[in-house]
Amino acid sequence: MSNTVTASALLTNAVGLHARPSVKLTQLAKSFGASVEIALEAGGPWIDAKSPVKVMRVKATKGATLHVRATGDDAAAAVAAVVDLVVRKFDEADAEAAHG
Amino acid sequence: MAERQIAGRSASPGFACGSVHRLAGGGRERVPTGDPAREAAALSDAIGRAMADIESLAEKTGGDAADMLAFQAALLGDDELSRPAFDAVAAGASADKAWSTALSSEISGYLASDDEYFQARSADLEDLRDRVLTILSGGEADVVPPGAVVVGEDMPPSKFLSIDWHAGGAIVLAAGSKTSHVAMLARSRGVPMVVAAGPAIVSASGEALVDGAAGTVVLDPEPATRDSFESRRLVEEAALREAAAVLPAPAATRDGTTVTVLINVADPGELKSVDPAHCDGIGLVRTEFLFHGRGSLPGEEAQFGVYRTIAEWAQGRPVTIRTLDAGGDKPIPGLTIDGESNPFLGVRGIRLSLARPEVFRVQLRALLRAGVYGQVKVMLPMVTVPGELEAARAMLVEEHDALVAAGRKVVMPPLGIMVEVPATALAVDRFDAAFYSIGSNDLTQYATAAGRDIGAVADLADPLHPGVLGMIEHVAAYGAASGLDVSLCGDAGGDPDVLPALLEAGLRTVSVAPAALGRTKLAIRAIDLASGAGDAA
Repeated sequence: MSNTVTASALLTNAVGLHARPSVKLTQLAKSFGASVEIALEAGGPWIDAKSPVKVMRVKATKGATLHVRATGDDAAAAVAAVVDLVVRKFDEADAEAAHG
Repeated sequence: MAERQIAGRSASPGFACGSVHRLAGGGRERVPTGDPAREAAALSDAIGRAMADIESLAEKTGGDAADMLAFQAALLGDDELSRPAFDAVAAGASADKAWSTALSSEISGYLASDDEYFQARSADLEDLRDRVLTILSGGEADVVPPGAVVVGEDMPPSKFLSIDWHAGGAIVLAAGSKTSHVAMLARSRGVPMVVAAGPAIVSASGEALVDGAAGTVVLDPEPATRDSFESRRLVEEAALREAAAVLPAPAATRDGTTVTVLINVADPGELKSVDPAHCDGIGLVRTEFLFHGRGSLPGEEAQFGVYRTIAEWAQGRPVTIRTLDAGGDKPIPGLTIDGESNPFLGVRGIRLSLARPEVFRVQLRALLRAGVYGQVKVMLPMVTVPGELEAARAMLVEEHDALVAAGRKVVMPPLGIMVEVPATALAVDRFDAAFYSIGSNDLTQYATAAGRDIGAVADLADPLHPGVLGMIEHVAAYGAASGLDVSLCGDAGGDPDVLPALLEAGLRTVSVAPAALGRTKLAIRAIDLASGAGDAA
């Protein structure tokens, strides 16, 4: 029985899940052993959060709700870290991010 | 080594002094091995080397550029990006074709986004695509140092576009022609270029002085030569500053006759360095760039995104977009017909579009939708008989009605024609077009029977030939009598030596390369139509 954890967070940074935020998200996801996925709807489709190409294809813009799902030993920590990154607006000042 | 003087032909004016850089392999197309395993290894190797290039560049740069490179590295390091390409290679495709197709498909997805941030990232993917393709075809990553004088047999347009010209530099080709696609790009970007310099140039090295306007090159110059070159360069730069100073003002002749000056756009990247207020609009958008260097034809969304961006750039000024003008010297794999005995007299321009309606209709739909975002006009190339215009119009109306029925926002654009076939010029009143644009390069080559790609007859292809001027005068007179717009969008419009004759022939609208905008406005100021002759000479 694998350990699956889900959560969601609102994208509030100016540019949404854009180039720089996507790179940060995938780097963070890759630091966990668990599989990490994201979706714009609670029912999916679920996207591999460790693939920058797939994450960029989601084209999630500001105001979207990002659902996070992880499966594996460190699933809870992975979901908490991803949600925290989103809530921290990917550590970007919005004025700065607008150039990205 | 002793100083050597080389005389070629001018293809783009300007002075440059720099180190010679030889083009690797003359920029030829890559020859696929035909073996899936070797193609996969070649692709894998090229991706690895591109990754190493990006990482070493990232170490040297900071700020936004470093972020862009980190993003590119993240994408390139993701197997998801290359998976479709490796699948295609396993199925028998060549490495370059497979990579190009996979990336073009990914790029279309970005261009289709309504979000400008995502749309803009398509440029990063295009850069990734070209970086890997360059390594695949060159064998070595042929990186041209900034400010270099690039020499070679010939240069493909994709190579030109891959070079950073901001630091100056020049192009000197053994063969080539001033009317080739790459020469057009060089003039647009203001890069000095000399063609027909002879085979010896290919093995040149050391330092070179290039005078683009004179079409001359000096290899390993003596100090005295360098001094005189430098003083001529200063005179030229003063003239450029003078041209830049007249940019913001509308163009008018000495006697006060207003002349509309539009720009020709061969690549949307050129618009970044042009202020829309410096021109009266865009007289010609060449759409061939959308179809070049890609493994597949561009879809409706990709085309719409580009047309919309250009229409919005113009801020309400007219934007004339020419439907695909493939064929002739602009072949497109999978679309144009190979092996025609004389491609310039073959299936090109509107002839090809009417023969391939499934491709043409995609472009028409994208243009109808782009019309919502600016004053878009649609122009058909190589029209020879009125039936071609009517057949295109019928398709445009059908696609318009279908899009409206599907609930899409569209605007029916004015439909005009290029006048470049001599028979069309002389019978211009038989064509029910909303506007006419004289393509002086093709009209001149067809009227003088002197091919634009053949250096030996270049002197005969003269737009000042009375026979060519007579046709231009005839079309201008028809426009004045009928109240329909007539413009000219060939190189002649930006040539200070030809402009007086064009205005005297009755033309009042020219469309020129962005780099020629200031020079053209300056030349127009020197012309006095009231005295019956320009005094520009």
